[in-house]
Amino acid sequence: MTAIPVQEDETPFGAVLLYAFCGIAAVVSLMATAFSHDPLFQLQGWIYTGAFVLALAAMTLGMTSGMFRATPGRYEDGVIRAGVIATMFWGVVGMSVGVLIACQLTWPSLFYAPSQGWLNFGRLRPLHTSAVIFAFGGNALIATSFWVVQRTCRARLAGGVWPWFVFWGYQLFIVSAAIGYLSGVTQSREYAEPEWFTDIWLTVVWVAYLLIFLGTLWRRKEPHIYVANWFYLAFIVTIAMLHIVNNLAMPISLLNHKSYSAFSGVQDALVQWWYGHNAVGFFLTAGFLAIMYYFVPKRIERPIYSYRLSIVHFWALIFIYIWAGPHHLHYTALPQWTQTLGMTFSIMLWMPSWGGMINGLMTLSGAWDKLRTDPVVRMMVTSLAFYGMATFEGPVMSVREVNALSHYTDWGIGHVHSGALGWVGFITFGAVYCLTPWLWKKKEMWSTRLIEWHFWIATTGILLYITAMWVSGIMEGLMWREYTPQGFLANSFIETVSAKHVENIVRMAGGLMYLSGTLIMAFNIWRTIRMPSATTVDAEAAAPALTALAAA
Amino acid sequence: MWKHHAKFERNSLILLIGILVVVAIGGLIEITPLFYLESTIEKVQGMRPYTPLELAGRDVYVREGCYLCHSQMIRPLRDEVERYGHYSLAAESMYDHPFQWGSKRNGPDLARVGGKYSDEWHRQHLSDPRSMVPESTMPPYAFLADKDLDYHDMVERLAAQQKVGVPYTKDQVAHAIDDLEAQADPFDARGTALKTRYGAKIAQRDFDGHPDRVTDMDALIAYLQMVGTLVDFRTYHAEAPENQR
Repeated sequence: MTAIPVQEDETPFGAVLLYAFCGIAAVVSLMATAFSHDPLFQLQGWIYTGAFVLALAAMTLGMTSGMFRATPGRYEDGVIRAGVIATMFWGVVGMSVGVLIACQLTWPSLFYAPSQGWLNFGRLRPLHTSAVIFAFGGNALIATSFWVVQRTCRARLAGGVWPWFVFWGYQLFIVSAAIGYLSGVTQSREYAEPEWFTDIWLTVVWVAYLLIFLGTLWRRKEPHIYVANWFYLAFIVTIAMLHIVNNLAMPISLLNHKSYSAFSGVQDALVQWWYGHNAVGFFLTAGFLAIMYYFVPKRIERPIYSYRLSIVHFWALIFIYIWAGPHHLHYTALPQWTQTLGMTFSIMLWMPSWGGMINGLMTLSGAWDKLRTDPVVRMMVTSLAFYGMATFEGPVMSVREVNALSHYTDWGIGHVHSGALGWVGFITFGAVYCLTPWLWKKKEMWSTRLIEWHFWIATTGILLYITAMWVSGIMEGLMWREYTPQGFLANSFIETVSAKHVENIVRMAGGLMYLSGTLIMAFNIWRTIRMPSATTVDAEAAAPALTALAAA
Repeated sequence: MWKHHAKFERNSLILLIGILVVVAIGGLIEITPLFYLESTIEKVQGMRPYTPLELAGRDVYVREGCYLCHSQMIRPLRDEVERYGHYSLAAESMYDHPFQWGSKRNGPDLARVGGKYSDEWHRQHLSDPRSMVPESTMPPYAFLADKDLDYHDMVERLAAQQKVGVPYTKDQVAHAIDDLEAQADPFDARGTALKTRYGAKIAQRDFDGHPDRVTDMDALIAYLQMVGTLVDFRTYHAEAPENQR
């Protein structure tokens, strides 16, 4: 273990520091709001000012009532409970917006309001993607990482009150980004839409997150760092690197919301897709693999299948993923050598991806019956199956000739959703179904039947969604390149749009089913929280079996 | 070999540095060469920075998230070249901060939409897409015509563009507001100065049909009407040696 002395920061010093930080931040945001001539920047300024003033008020109350007094002997679980609730809340919001924009593409005359520009597809689509990826997924990652790192290190979360700063700071980032999109504050960089000041705020929060995570690792009472934490660490560090480089931009002025990216054209495109693809690789894959590496063995009560496989696939995955970005830019003005490199590594990526899937699935050996008896296990295994499918489909689509057909079409949307709904969504649901009884000290979820319902409705929804998108994507791709026997293009563009109408309806229905499943889950969680508490279940929720590790 | 891995598992800083090194390699090898290899962007005649009105229009395009449904990147595939026009060159987006190549076509590619339709068509189509194309799924943008363009910070915008590498001259930055107003009014006397600064081919007219106002619609149409028109493909030869590097 690293011999870095860690201060006992359960003393309220951390709280005082945070109090001072919020005070300064409130003053700075108020000044920025007051001196700006840009209405959109002012709106953002008010959001930040309001948030910091609220934080000050809450902290004043907390300090006078002694809420921040240190309890070093216990795990810090309050912030994880908040994280679970936030995960579900943003999940419902993000998926609802998804259903809404699916309706817009299906029935444009009904779902657009001509005078309300902020309800247009271009403003709502980033809201949908950011809400599900960063708000739903991000909260799930932060909450589970705080749980996992404490349990696998047998140490209380570092930083005293600062984990709460990470939680609320992250919510502020989400609200700032979301209101920004609706009001027209965007960089129009896919999955990196928030403007420069929101990006700076996220960087501050993220650095605090990294320090808390590392600080907890430094306090650990286990000699080894558990494999889930490797993945969490890779996720946190790499996202920081990607976020900072991709968002390098020149603001028009320090009191203006708008900025211009530091790079242009070809270079900008590659930096963006280096970021974009690794938002998938490190946010939506490495982070959620960390969840898998803790919650699958815990739930099944079996050690991870192969320690060596986890080493090989961890390093291979993080090394290869970074190269894969250019497959988003096939046949563009990006130099061909870069495209080829991206394609080659994307195909290689298939192996480490399946390494993770196999390691997860084979953990079930000897306990396959749980697939039948425990819907949560079934959910996590289905998640791994979707992970395997999406990470096979990805390399196929990254081949230049396949990409010529699939790029710009609904096939890409389908691919993303088999990963997002199947893999990311289901592993998160699995983890939250595990966490809720542990965190609120209940014996089990309120209703197992509702979990069954959730599973089947959501699974059917995913299948409808991705099948519809395969059909419409391949169809429109083929229609775009179809020629008449006389050698003319067979279809005008608009014919390929109207041809997708039925598939769009099916997609919307699939999305609606998935959302219904999430609502059922939210209800189930609410009822679980309201159940009378069982006796403490802390012992049950300790580290996963480390026998494989110890044996190695 | 497996024993050595314990070093990473027992020391979080070694693990952290290991991760950083491993994830840095790919980006360094793939991305950095693009910044100094001359062949990344061939020099092409006709490219110029956006006029202030076009830039303001591009900012509207960025604000509304048009890239989510419209690409600006024609691939060198037979059907795309026939449908949209000459495939996109790297040089054509060299002044695009940010690039707007897009990744999804819910609507058609716009890389060469400039000059394809009349201003009036754009006006009506943007205000009510289904009045022009009944099957369209595009959102209505009627509010752009009612919204006065906010260009008080146009000088700062050009200065910011200059800082990230767009070769605006001092003169162009200083006269940003004059140039913007001039371009949206065919009778504005400052049009001559605008054309000296940006070239004789600049379209100087009232784009939105409201001669007394400069609206978001003016700016957006001014931008759409010039997208992909800067390079003259009658004189550009892809096979010429300077384009084969």
